[in-house]
Amino acid sequence: MSDGVATARHSRSYPRFLLRMLALSTEGSAAFYGWMTLLTAVFLVGVHAWARQMADGMVVTHMTDHVSWGLYIANFTFLVGVAAGGVMMVIPAYLYRDREMHDVVILGEILAVAAIFMCLAFVTVDLGRPDRFWHMFPGIGRFNFPISMLTWDVLVLNGYLLLNLHVVGYLLYTRFLGRTPDPKWYVPFVMVSIVWAISIHTVTAFLYCGLGGRPFWNTALLAPRFLTSAFVAGPAFVIVTMLFLKKRLRLPLSSKPIRTLVSIVRVTILVNLLMIASEVFTEFYTGGAHTASAQYLFFGLHGKDALVPWIWTAIALNVLAAVLFLGRRAMTDARVLTVACVAAFAGCWIEKGMGLIVPGFVPSTLHEVVEYVPSVVEWKVTAGIWAFGLMVFTVALKVAIPIFSGEERLSPRP
Amino acid sequence: MSTRTKPEGKRPTRRAVVKGAAVTLGAAAFAKAVSPVAEFAEGLTVEQFLRRHYKELSEDDKREVLARIERDTEAEYGAACKVADPPPLPGVKFAYAINLSKCNGNGKCVEACHRENNHDRDTNQSYIRVLELEKGSMDLEKGNTTYDHAVPAEGKDYLPVQCQQCDAPPCTAVCPVEATWKEPDGIVVVDYDWCIGCRYCEAACPYHARRFNWKKPTIPADEVNPDQGLLSNRIRPQGVMEKCHFCLHRTREGRLPACAEACPTGARVFGNVADPASELRWILANKRVFVLKEELGTKPSFFYFFDD
Repeated sequence: MSDGVATARHSRSYPRFLLRMLALSTEGSAAFYGWMTLLTAVFLVGVHAWARQMADGMVVTHMTDHVSWGLYIANFTFLVGVAAGGVMMVIPAYLYRDREMHDVVILGEILAVAAIFMCLAFVTVDLGRPDRFWHMFPGIGRFNFPISMLTWDVLVLNGYLLLNLHVVGYLLYTRFLGRTPDPKWYVPFVMVSIVWAISIHTVTAFLYCGLGGRPFWNTALLAPRFLTSAFVAGPAFVIVTMLFLKKRLRLPLSSKPIRTLVSIVRVTILVNLLMIASEVFTEFYTGGAHTASAQYLFFGLHGKDALVPWIWTAIALNVLAAVLFLGRRAMTDARVLTVACVAAFAGCWIEKGMGLIVPGFVPSTLHEVVEYVPSVVEWKVTAGIWAFGLMVFTVALKVAIPIFSGEERLSPRP
Repeated sequence: MSTRTKPEGKRPTRRAVVKGAAVTLGAAAFAKAVSPVAEFAEGLTVEQFLRRHYKELSEDDKREVLARIERDTEAEYGAACKVADPPPLPGVKFAYAINLSKCNGNGKCVEACHRENNHDRDTNQSYIRVLELEKGSMDLEKGNTTYDHAVPAEGKDYLPVQCQQCDAPPCTAVCPVEATWKEPDGIVVVDYDWCIGCRYCEAACPYHARRFNWKKPTIPADEVNPDQGLLSNRIRPQGVMEKCHFCLHRTREGRLPACAEACPTGARVFGNVADPASELRWILANKRVFVLKEELGTKPSFFYFFDD
């Protein structure tokens, strides 16, 4: 078949594929409609809160010149990890040729897409002047590359998004056509995405750990720690999703991928705890002025202790999750495993978000202790972005499942 | 949206009608939710939106920009002003030295900065913070910036801190859009019309020297300082960074910064470090001078010393 014929065929079948996806994503059970309506409502609350923030200024947040990044950047940092965490399915599937994992690996890639969308949204709502976003575009703006780590982050995050969109889109489209995907059109991209996943979280850590004026972040352990907690939170989310698909939607999924992911988390969750312990030891055994942030985070400083409940909750959740994951029942009891995953996900969210971004600013560089508690507007915007991300994730699964199961195929034109 | 729910469907089904209604409702709700953005867009003109980076402005562009800011200030604050853009002078490198034996923490510099630089009145903003420290200790940890009593207090020393105009500034390196840079005369400036408000520079600065405009500054018309510079004290827009600029609209024209002029103790010595005859050079050569956080390698152009 010549290329011309193939192109002509795609120009007919690709629009049909897109239309079918649109139809699939707006059709479903009452529960699906209910879930999507709820997400839409929360999303709209977030949009409205952000619009108010844009009109009135960021004074509606509780950020200050002392704590100049808060809940938004905390969520951003955590979600970069979730996006990178999907790679823990890709590695077994493609590098270790785990056939069962290969069947469900698209879940990890879809999660990466949804998480990166959320990351981009969190960065955007954190900007004081989102109308000047174009100043970052190379060519028409002034892109401070390679000096500014933020420009690296823009590149790696968008690159990772494109890689995953391509892989997911290609696999869905070929399945929709009823063909076997051609490895040369996706395997190289998958291989690049493995390295790329590591890079997104490394660069995000470099944003913080390269700042000499912020001793709390200025540690070489930050990037490895980010990656390890990413490899806890990402798989935890995927496990819960797979349990839901298997138990609630009764999809005929193998339980082997879940067991593989549990085995991975059993290692990463311990390494993560070890790294936290290592940080805590270095901070407190050394002592001196550089310990002030850690002192504030774990025990409070000069009578101010807003973050103390957060971090101890995170540690309790992480330890609980580790114990549950390591127990035998994690492999056999879906309820225990779900609790373990939720605890691990929430624990990492606090530890890497509020527990890492905020104490970097407390005490300030002139050693003033100004506390930060997110405002209602910040919570609304945050909830809105999570709802948006869950919508992307839900719709993508809704489309992918029938196409992958072979239920949805391009029907020959009459 | 597609009304075709089943490939064989000919007429729109009831479900499709309900879906169509839901989408319409959703779109209406979305439009309502984002409507406050219109308030923001109202204050934004096309010229403002499309303005090029400061360094890409031609002389004609610049004249237009200055005239526009004067018009906008008049319209929004009811105050006539003159906005200039004095260039850096050749052979000049500005630096500051503070005599900590003389500084008594009276805070006149803080107030002078507040007035000179058209700072927001609601937040009582200023580029200068004065730390009250235990006498004989440089431990910032035990410092206090919110003291409210007669000065100098017994057993205390005072340390005024503002932008250190570093020669290796961490703040300019991190800016993703080159909205902040170091001028040839040593002053680190911000292009208020280019900054995207990501606040990465504020995280990077080790001296708490940068400030963000969390809201549109409020200043009564009779308190607006009409003598303004494009890269210095013109009234800043909402959502952008700002910082001490050594009052470049004054200093580039041979006057002292407002803080130096206001200091009643003579602790503040401002000058051209490239001039061998300057008082500053004499201090650097003859006093035991130090800089803040020297170990970070930021190379401040801001020095501190004690009388022996």
